[in-house]
Amino acid sequence: MSRLIEIQNLKKYFKTGRGMVHAVDDVTFHIEQGRTMGIVGESGCGKSTLGRMLVHLEESTGGQIIFNDEDVTQLGKNDMKKFREHAQMIFQDPYSSLDPRYTVEDSIKESLMISGKYNRTQALAKTQELMDLVGIAPRLRLSYPHELDGGRRQRVGIARALALDPEFIVCDEPVSALDVSIQAQILNLLKKLQQEHNLTYMFITHDLSVVKHISDDICVMYLGQLVETCSSHELFEKQYHPYTKALLSAIPSVDIRRKMNRIVLKGEITSPIDPKPGCRFAARCGYACEKCHEPQKLEEISPNHFVSCCRAKEINI
Amino acid sequence: MTDAICLKTNQETVKKKSQFLEVLKRLSYNKGAVFGGILFLAVLLLAIFAPLIAPYDYAAINIQDRFLSPCLSHLFGTDHMGRDILSRVLFGARYSLLIGIGSVIFSAFFGIIIGAIAGYYGGWADNLIMRICDVIQSIPGLILNIALACVLGPGVFNTILALGFEGIAGTARLMRSSILNVRKMEYLDAARTSNCSSYRIILKHVFPNTFAPILVQSTMGVGARIMLAASMSFIGIGVQPPTPEWGAMLADSRDFLMKFPYMCLIPGICIMLVVLALNLLGDGLRDALDPKLKK
Amino acid sequence: MSEKKVFLQVKDLNVEYVTKQETVSAVNGVSFQLEKGKVLGLVGETGAGKTTIARSILGVLQEPPAVLKKGEILLDGRNLLKLTEEEMCSVRGEKITMIFQDPMTSLNPVMSVGKQIAEVIALHDKISKSDIRKKAEDMLETVGIPAERYDEFPHQFSGGMKQRVVIAIALACNPQLLLADEPTTALDVTIQAQVLELMQKLNQENNTTTILITHDLGVVAQMCDEVAIVYAGEIVESGTLEDIFENPVHPYTIGLFGALPKLNEDVEWLSPIDGMPPDPTNLPEGCKFSPRCPYAKEQCICSRIELKVITPGHKCRCLLEQGGN
Repeated sequence: MSRLIEIQNLKKYFKTGRGMVHAVDDVTFHIEQGRTMGIVGESGCGKSTLGRMLVHLEESTGGQIIFNDEDVTQLGKNDMKKFREHAQMIFQDPYSSLDPRYTVEDSIKESLMISGKYNRTQALAKTQELMDLVGIAPRLRLSYPHELDGGRRQRVGIARALALDPEFIVCDEPVSALDVSIQAQILNLLKKLQQEHNLTYMFITHDLSVVKHISDDICVMYLGQLVETCSSHELFEKQYHPYTKALLSAIPSVDIRRKMNRIVLKGEITSPIDPKPGCRFAARCGYACEKCHEPQKLEEISPNHFVSCCRAKEINI
Repeated sequence: MTDAICLKTNQETVKKKSQFLEVLKRLSYNKGAVFGGILFLAVLLLAIFAPLIAPYDYAAINIQDRFLSPCLSHLFGTDHMGRDILSRVLFGARYSLLIGIGSVIFSAFFGIIIGAIAGYYGGWADNLIMRICDVIQSIPGLILNIALACVLGPGVFNTILALGFEGIAGTARLMRSSILNVRKMEYLDAARTSNCSSYRIILKHVFPNTFAPILVQSTMGVGARIMLAASMSFIGIGVQPPTPEWGAMLADSRDFLMKFPYMCLIPGICIMLVVLALNLLGDGLRDALDPKLKK
Repeated sequence: MSEKKVFLQVKDLNVEYVTKQETVSAVNGVSFQLEKGKVLGLVGETGAGKTTIARSILGVLQEPPAVLKKGEILLDGRNLLKLTEEEMCSVRGEKITMIFQDPMTSLNPVMSVGKQIAEVIALHDKISKSDIRKKAEDMLETVGIPAERYDEFPHQFSGGMKQRVVIAIALACNPQLLLADEPTTALDVTIQAQVLELMQKLNQENNTTTILITHDLGVVAQMCDEVAIVYAGEIVESGTLEDIFENPVHPYTIGLFGALPKLNEDVEWLSPIDGMPPDPTNLPEGCKFSPRCPYAKEQCICSRIELKVITPGHKCRCLLEQGGN
């Protein structure tokens, strides 16, 4: 398997009145062709910013994004247009991701027309094909978004992302606004499309059961830093980072025989403005010590399982 | 294939109309708005066809027939120079509406462009434009109008300019805030990932979605401008006699208020009705255009 | 079962939202009862009518457009719907309180959080000012917020803390019935864990009867004693936690579990429920779920299906379990 995307020391800082927000700080990982990378974390951990940087909706402050052996942070305007045909995004909120004055067909068709590869007839035929693919009835092609329910809108968003036959799609919480039964329809659709078109996904979510279902690999983020990454299967078997442990223990399980044995974290997520060096979880961590205030390195604790915690080995014996 | 395309283009024309029709349909549920719309339309038609309808020349002086109360030959009576008030009110509608609509179009045109630049690009351009707007808006409206009218001189066209200029700041501010609202929407990000140029995004995605509040404000603005124009004419710096603008007619009637009330009542009622109609229509439009009410 | 005292009883509740253009049947004949100290989970999808049920119990439906067509809500044997607004006012707060979904909008932004708690206490307890402050500070401590933050304003708090303040307000007068409408939906998992733990503790200490409205089956599994599944304004299945989670019978309940990605098992494909929830302005005549149900028969589509007892305490609105199948 080849690496489709490699992210090295990626940073994104925002300047605000109160100081520099370190939204994404020194994140390194890679995604292999045809696999799904799940990005998990709580609100404000920088997972959406990370996704937006990968499709270049946000300029990075530092670091590299290598896509098919090319650093896309350095691309010029024309190369950027080409890159966008390879990398697309599915958005979180099906209520704001579609222009209320565009019909279903217009929304899907737009990028086809802009790409210049299709004339009007071809674009319309391709739009039909895409609507078929994501399961929107042809009679809805002239409907406006406000006439559709959340599930159908999200299907339109998926069709739009697929229009230019991308290889890589960033899914930013695509199901969190949907009801359970609809959510399952969309998750199945995404999986089916991945298999049929050999797509690579980066799946951003805060819902751990969803991420377990859909992802092959998982990155856990906390306040802009990558704290743990490994295969999905392994993460739910064995976690090394104290934050990952707390996070997983906090999910309410549907198994009624297994009452929760939560590790309840004290306090709240601290501010990502001008953070001190070292582990950002230290303030809430039960195992924090002196060493935690030094910068942490991502270390391979077992094959392909990386953890950013200086005490990972100690506390997991 | 060609059949399919034909069918498609047919449906597309239906579709394009339907969004406009949908707004009209929702507007028709609102009795106030229907009343306002019909009233305004009626006044507009009367103004357009004034030369055909008016029984007399609005400027024809006939000293013998001065201060006539409403009668068959002069439905609304005559004024202090014996001019037919009905004819004057009909022609006056032309000037009042021209000033109202003209100045709103003037301020909408510049306000939209300036507000769009401020809202979309942000940063120093936004800061500069908004501070200039602050300065303009910190001068009391009427005083600004008087100052402008004094510089430009009286007259219909200059009144339009003076009133229009004052409105630019308000419209720009409204445009900026609705653009800031739209900018948060994810469909703009989606458009960027679809390789839309900035130009296309502004024109095709941002503008159409900021249109509703501007339209509502403009509708109500016409009424406000008619009032302002009337007050300017009333104090003698707007439209000059013998032009029968409603405010100017009111100004003429000032000396005869006690003796002959028709002279001020009739243009006064006209102003009131048109402003009421526009406000009702604007209110209805706001509800009809609100996407939250769309089901 | 029958010996235990029924605390809350809802009988045949019907609520509609009527506007000029259409009539939305939000709640269609909902009946359930709850014993003191129990936690009932009301589960259903968006628009199923869960919040409307809770608002009817609290008597805060927005009328119009809402119209309470018929039904009885008995709290300790007293029909709440027959009370005057004044009487209802004293029931609200003293006996029943509600936690709303969005902590960001249910607090007053220009009043310090301590004062907001004190206000509620002052309304219901006749005690001196200093005692009120003391009690409000105690409440803050109970929900895990230091009393020093009494004079701070909501915008100085994070989402989880705001929701805890809302809970403190709800619990300030020690209600007998707590209606919690999606209390943790807007919160992160680790913060949700804190809030759930707090609610559980309070339920155990004060023996507060609770109705927990949620769409999260995990939260239900961890919090509730009894569960009612709501679909299109009807209870389609109700029973104890074990009945519903280990032995679900209604196709919709089974469908919900199939559609849920689970942590403890790996499946390649989820089994979603086909189709969409029905349009509440135009509900199917028979079983409301029949258009999406894989087992639907002609009888399901034509005739109204009643809630039938399957095993004691476990009720289901489906022909499959009642008839021959």
